[in-house]
Amino acid sequence: MKLMILAGPPSAGKTSVVKNIMRRLYPKVKISFLKIDVVVTFEKEEIGKDFPGIPVKIVYSGDLCPDHAGVMVMKDGIEWAEKNKSELLIVESAGLCLRCSPYLNQGLGIVVLSMLGGMNSPLKMGPMVGLADIAVVTKIDLISQAEREVFRQKVHEVNNSIRLYEVNALQGTGIDRLLVELKDMKDIKPESLVLKGVPPLGVCTICIGKKDIGWQNHFGVIRKLDTQGADYLYRGE
Amino acid sequence: MNIKKLTVFSGVDKTGDAERFKKFEIFPGNTAAIVGPTGSGKTSLVTDIEMLAQRDTVTRRKILINDKIPPFSYRQDPSKNPIVLITQHTNFLADLRVDDFLRLHALSRQMKSRGTVPKTLMLANKLTGEKVTENMKMTVLSGGQTRALMIADSIIIGNAPIVLLDEIENAGIFKKEAMAMVKEEGKIILFVTHDPVVALLCDIRLVMKNGGIAKILRTNEREKKARKKIIEQDIMISVIRERVRRGEIIKF
Ligand SMILES: Nc1nc2c(ncn2[C@@H]2O[C@H](COP(=O)(O)OP(=O)(O)OP(=O)(O)O)[C@@H](O)[C@H]2O)c(=O)[nH]1
Ligand SMILES: Nc1ncnc2c1ncn2[C@@H]1O[C@H](COP(=O)(O)OP(=O)(O)OP(=O)(O)O)[C@@H](O)[C@H]1O
Ligand SMILES: [Mg+2]
Ligand SMILES: [Mg+2]
Ligand SMILES: [Zn+2]
Ligand SMILES: [Zn+2]
Repeated sequence: MKLMILAGPPSAGKTSVVKNIMRRLYPKVKISFLKIDVVVTFEKEEIGKDFPGIPVKIVYSGDLCPDHAGVMVMKDGIEWAEKNKSELLIVESAGLCLRCSPYLNQGLGIVVLSMLGGMNSPLKMGPMVGLADIAVVTKIDLISQAEREVFRQKVHEVNNSIRLYEVNALQGTGIDRLLVELKDMKDIKPESLVLKGVPPLGVCTICIGKKDIGWQNHFGVIRKLDTQGADYLYRGE
Repeated sequence: MNIKKLTVFSGVDKTGDAERFKKFEIFPGNTAAIVGPTGSGKTSLVTDIEMLAQRDTVTRRKILINDKIPPFSYRQDPSKNPIVLITQHTNFLADLRVDDFLRLHALSRQMKSRGTVPKTLMLANKLTGEKVTENMKMTVLSGGQTRALMIADSIIIGNAPIVLLDEIENAGIFKKEAMAMVKEEGKIILFVTHDPVVALLCDIRLVMKNGGIAKILRTNEREKKARKKIIEQDIMISVIRERVRRGEIIKF
């Protein structure tokens, strides 16, 4: 199974990018979709309407940073997708907390940035941009080329090895080019999946540098894939 | 960047049928108009060119520059990108002074900014009736000023040899001046347009239908004669337009 993790600020166009990818792969490629968000999401309806049959799972992180929640549920999420016999798992993270990053050492880590966020927005997003493999810049249809150029340069200031794709996620312009990356992707090996980076705050085992995925491996505020609301546990296995 | 030729290889229309030509070529100093009804694929064609499509867009067209597949670095490195696209949705977002913004853009192109700001402003002011000054905020510019500054910026700072304009005429740009200047600068320019004057002023006319290029026309001698008359009338209309704007009472 291949794995793609998309993160980015609210309304950056993450779901629009995902839907464009699905439009080109569905139903030939079996896809599962996992969304991690804080309180409200519409992806179940958004994806379900256009792509009936794609399993969609929503995880609400509540008080927890969505990237932390992502780490906890990722292992279960991968098992869930494998049980669905999926060939591709797409994870969308709300990425509200700009100190963390949800990317793993395998698969593709994609930061979705909207051109409407302003030319300096990449500089404000730290590891979400810094640790990503790919930046997908959306809403290029609305912005002057001059600002697009400056934006590109700012992204490269934060991460000079990032591969940058500009798209209009409303019309799907530029998505085909991004899909080439997917062709080159390797299958993940779930046993050796770890986080790419360490979050800067020390409130749990993730923050202090334990990179394993799955709630079993963590202490602190943890959560499982199928718990909702304030049903937190404080200790892994 | 020395561009000698832009080539568009045909793709398919919305029905999936092949376009009825093999390729067409445009050279520096050439202007082409893209015409056709709403939804016929005009924007998609300029987007193909802007993206340097390699049969990887819905239209399956392929774009060559100087008979070669353009290197990917054209898209990745802003200072190498030879193409600029300006549309009616395109806006400036930056809350900066005009001169600060132009300097910032020059910097991202690794270009010395000395002299470029006044030069860009001079060109912008040739294109718009409402004067743009260096101490204006980008965000207070009108639609016409914005488009004029964008074109000037892309020609002077962007130094773009290929300029694509998607329906910008309603922004109040002085079209004949724009045309003359473009020819003089040896640029390749494509206009998506509904304006018959702009269309007839171009060397080539691409007629879009159902997502494909249905016809490729070159302005012939008879049309050139008709064009003269149409331009005269257009000038008359613009004189009246100016007078209406100034609050005059119009009578014949
Ligand atoms: N013009 C334009 N609009 C876009 C583009 N991409 C996304 N949008 C619009 O932006 C809005 C937000 O897009 P979404 O895809 O829902 O963004 P998201 O990142 O998934 O948002 P959350 O999941 O709520 O954080 C929608 O109204 C989209 O139609 C684009 O490239 N151009
Ligand atoms: N060859 C094609 N194959 C499939 N879809 C196409 C093709 N050409 C255009 N389309 C689609 O048709 C729609 C309309 O095309 P486009 O926006 O380019 O039209 P337009 O002529 O610019 O219209 P308008 O005058 O309203 O701006 C778009 O969604 C575009 O993706
Ligand atoms: Mg979303
Ligand atoms: Mg259009
Ligand atoms: Zn966090
Ligand atoms: Zn933590």
